[in-house]
Amino acid sequence: MIRFDQVVKRYGNTTAVDRATFTVERGELFGLIGPDGAGKSSMMRMLVTLLLPDDGTITLDGHDVVADYRFVRRNVGYMPGTFSLYTDLTVEENLQFFANVFGTTIQENYHLIAEIYEQLAPFKDRRAGALSGGMKQKLALCCALIHRPLALILDEPTTGVDAVSRAEFWSMLRRLTTTGITIVVSTPYLEEAALCDRVGLINDGRLMQIDTIGGIVASYDHALWRIDADNTRTALQVLREHPAARAAYLYRSSVMMSTDQELDPEHLTHELLRSGVTGARVSRAQPDIEDRFMDLMLEHA
Amino acid sequence: MSALPHLLKKEFRQIFRNKAMLPIIFVLPIVQLLILVNAADFEIRNINLIVEDLDHSRTSRELYGQFEASPYFRVVGAPATTREGLDRLDHDKATVFLRIPAHFERTLLATGTGSLALDINGIDGQAAGLSSFYITRIVADLNRNIVVRERKGALQTAGRVQVKERYWYNPDLEYKNTMLPGLMVLLVTMVGLFLTSMNVVREMEIGTIEQINVTPIRKWEFIVGKLFPFWVIGLFELALGLTIGVLVYRIPVQGNVGLLFAFAGIYLTVILGMGLLVSTRTQTQQQAMFVSWFFMVIFLLMSGLFTPIENMPTWAQNITLFNPIAYFIDVIRLVLLKGSTFSDVSRHFGIILLFAIAVNVLAVLSYRKRAA
Repeated sequence: MIRFDQVVKRYGNTTAVDRATFTVERGELFGLIGPDGAGKSSMMRMLVTLLLPDDGTITLDGHDVVADYRFVRRNVGYMPGTFSLYTDLTVEENLQFFANVFGTTIQENYHLIAEIYEQLAPFKDRRAGALSGGMKQKLALCCALIHRPLALILDEPTTGVDAVSRAEFWSMLRRLTTTGITIVVSTPYLEEAALCDRVGLINDGRLMQIDTIGGIVASYDHALWRIDADNTRTALQVLREHPAARAAYLYRSSVMMSTDQELDPEHLTHELLRSGVTGARVSRAQPDIEDRFMDLMLEHA
Repeated sequence: MSALPHLLKKEFRQIFRNKAMLPIIFVLPIVQLLILVNAADFEIRNINLIVEDLDHSRTSRELYGQFEASPYFRVVGAPATTREGLDRLDHDKATVFLRIPAHFERTLLATGTGSLALDINGIDGQAAGLSSFYITRIVADLNRNIVVRERKGALQTAGRVQVKERYWYNPDLEYKNTMLPGLMVLLVTMVGLFLTSMNVVREMEIGTIEQINVTPIRKWEFIVGKLFPFWVIGLFELALGLTIGVLVYRIPVQGNVGLLFAFAGIYLTVILGMGLLVSTRTQTQQQAMFVSWFFMVIFLLMSGLFTPIENMPTWAQNITLFNPIAYFIDVIRLVLLKGSTFSDVSRHFGIILLFAIAVNVLAVLSYRKRAA
């Protein structure tokens, strides 16, 4: 449905997107995951014809997004990172406007948004600017869906949204894919990767890995250790200098250390104690997506 | 199927909900026409005058009396010394200081010429010029009286040239008839330029343009959707201005109002095009407002509304040839006061049409470049 082929975007001397290549299948929920400034928005903006790629090609359902931009504009629903509806129009007027400019009506495609719009219906005469964050987001999703797009492109829809609304939003997306709609969603939250069919991990303009969350975690091929200590900060300093460490970093309140060979946890505890780190508990840890992401960043550095 | 009707519906909805725009559209014209017309009076009355009379003759007292009787002057004192008089001028106690030198009458009768010293506060050049003009008229009256008196009326009528003015198209030189049409132009221009540039930039500022660009809406539809409402509002302002002018100030309407609206229609496309041009060069409504204001002031000062274009130096006159406001002010005055017909103002129509084409082509090119 969506195909990126060696896509490059530069801003002056910085390369925002570096030879991005991936495909998204019909009905797939695809996540672009990476920190701020990784190039997620640039990729999405090229896909929805707001930005021209410097090199490479992007197609939507076989149509080139540059040459056939009008096809793309008719057939994608885009939700930008910032709320971009008319705050001085009511909920219903916004929805009606976006339906009408696509040559359709709310009634015609109501079934697509029914479930989401039901929650908005009590506020339909309220100005969009007066809605709560979660409601604004639902309205934006409705407006992006009302013309029955082939693909939905959502730029960080869950950033700055509370945990409950985020969970709710993801389950809405999941249900939407069952209608055959393709969804590309970007997020800076690695834990949201588990909610996608497949994800692309991006850092510094480069797609480092594209796979299912299972595949991504399984590709972690180092030993991972969790170290808790009385003073985590000192422990981190010491472990960074440790000869066996590939990398050591903080994760939640623990220090994570990856090594290429097996370690004797007791031996490490003693070593830490000698360096002045008391109360150290060393255990083998199961890697998750965060660990794989740190690992990938190290490989690409 | 075009998205334009839906865009227009949305624009009008937004305009009528905008708490900043509504007063500009409805309150500004009324305030401007009811207050500014009365304030922008170029006549000057009650100029504070002090007189130092060192002559104390019949002629000097007569001159003094004429100033006292004049509606333009108010004699506010007679300083004892010249220094005191100049001090009062310095301290803004008086605007004009007239000195009648000693032996004024004697010299005048003996040699036929007498001189008066006049000090005028020149801070307000226009007021100073007018004061000087009024004084000259009073002195001229005095001259006539002296001639009549000394010749014992013998030559009262012989060899005298009298100028009798008749002012065409504005017989009473009613300044309101000159100012009001100009202020209407100002109104139409301000609403057109400010509101359009702000309205287009608004979509960029609040980010909705992102969403709009990912719809089948074409660029021309977006632009027309943004500009057309202000074209309608601009013409509405003109109608409102004319109504106030006729009902409140009883300004004459000699010509065809339809002709005026036809010209205003083309004129507004020039102004809206300029608004669009400003919007393509700015990112926020505030910037758009400032840039529009900058152009507005230049156009206004060089429009002939406050200073006749004929009084400007040649280079400035040449600049006014590119000032659309100057053409509209000309046309509105010609049509309202003189009753000019299309053939009289066809040159104005041609020029404004050229402006309309040039500005809009430039604006659309500039808009495209930005959007790319």
